[in-house]
Amino acid sequence: MASGMSSADYIQHHLTNLTYGNHPVNGWSFAESGQQAAEMGFMAINVDSMAWSIGLGAFFIWLFSRVAKKATTGVPSGTQNFIEMIIEFVDDNVKSVFHHKNAIIAPMALTIFVWVFLMNLMDLIPVDWIPALAAASGIHFMKIVPSTDLNVTLGMSLAVFVLIIFYSIKQKGIMGFLAELSLQPLGKWALPFNLFLELVGLIAKPISLALRLFGNMYAGEMIFILIALLPFWAQWLLSVPWALFHILIITLQAFIFMVLTIVYLAMAHDHH
Amino acid sequence: MNMNMTILGQIISFIIFVYLCMKFVWPPLTAALAERQKKIAEGLDAADKAARELEDAQQSVEAALQESKAQAATLIEQANKRASQIVDEAKDTAQAEADRIKAAAAADVEQEVNRAKEALRAQVATLVVAGAEKILGASIDVNNHQELVDKLAAEL
Repeated sequence: MASGMSSADYIQHHLTNLTYGNHPVNGWSFAESGQQAAEMGFMAINVDSMAWSIGLGAFFIWLFSRVAKKATTGVPSGTQNFIEMIIEFVDDNVKSVFHHKNAIIAPMALTIFVWVFLMNLMDLIPVDWIPALAAASGIHFMKIVPSTDLNVTLGMSLAVFVLIIFYSIKQKGIMGFLAELSLQPLGKWALPFNLFLELVGLIAKPISLALRLFGNMYAGEMIFILIALLPFWAQWLLSVPWALFHILIITLQAFIFMVLTIVYLAMAHDHH
Repeated sequence: MNMNMTILGQIISFIIFVYLCMKFVWPPLTAALAERQKKIAEGLDAADKAARELEDAQQSVEAALQESKAQAATLIEQANKRASQIVDEAKDTAQAEADRIKAAAAADVEQEVNRAKEALRAQVATLVVAGAEKILGASIDVNNHQELVDKLAAEL
């Protein structure tokens, strides 16, 4: 905990993104507080979330494509073995849920699983290390866990949502899709009721997908921040058990995001 | 918590990373996995085939062994039969030879006996003549009394 800061300020500081945007008074600039970032409205970008997100995604592609390029069909080396394990794990999950032919699903599931896992993994880096480094080099805010930014989780779930709509229409036709939305579960005489029910169900998919990941990671991060408020000699008593437990959560959340994506897309392909 | 353009940034990065994964990560790795799976399956097949071939070879070896054993037994039997046949033949020949020799010897003996009998007869005739001369005190003209002498000799 940085000195000369109240606990509330400390928590507030750790939960504020580094935002660059069009401020009504200051013009295009970095926001100097959460207040200013809010005033920027939609025309702003969370630079830290974006940088870490893209950096981790690039790391994923770099690592996997490097192994893929050198992949041997003989006895695999350590890294290749590890990567193959992940690939087979994802492939098994896709094959057990998704029974149609679609070349996008499996690579997308892999991307989601590894990328979300890496983003969540940033949560295990002690909360003050990188923000302190950033502060030392003149950057006021630095949130290093992209999945604690609702923009990031919602961005991914909306991309999945677009795919759900796209494949629903592609597989069933526009009329088939509309029929699915309006003629069940109660038949054509309860059409408005059906439509309302199905639309809520449809929209709940991306929202729940994004909020589940965001909520879990945000809460986890918050607990790490609260633990960091303790005296330094007492922190390990709580932070170590919580970090160990959190390893389970970050993996589980990445897995859930992946599996639900596959399930939703399988549902989009299935005819009812 | 502000909603802002980060959401668009994340959507764009998501699309790009999924595309890169589809292009450079997934196909080569799954291809390598499938290839290895094929190789392992082929290896197992080959091992199975080799085991089967080994079994076949063992069976044919066993069969060949049996056959040669049977052949050897036949040969030995034939040889034994032939040997006893030869021995029998030799026995027969020897017996025949012995019989022949015996018969020849018997004939010889008979001949000798006859010859001795003849000689004895001749000598008896002479002795009879000499005896008679002595008894009669006169010589007996052999020519005159030839018939008589012969009769005597024949009666002996």
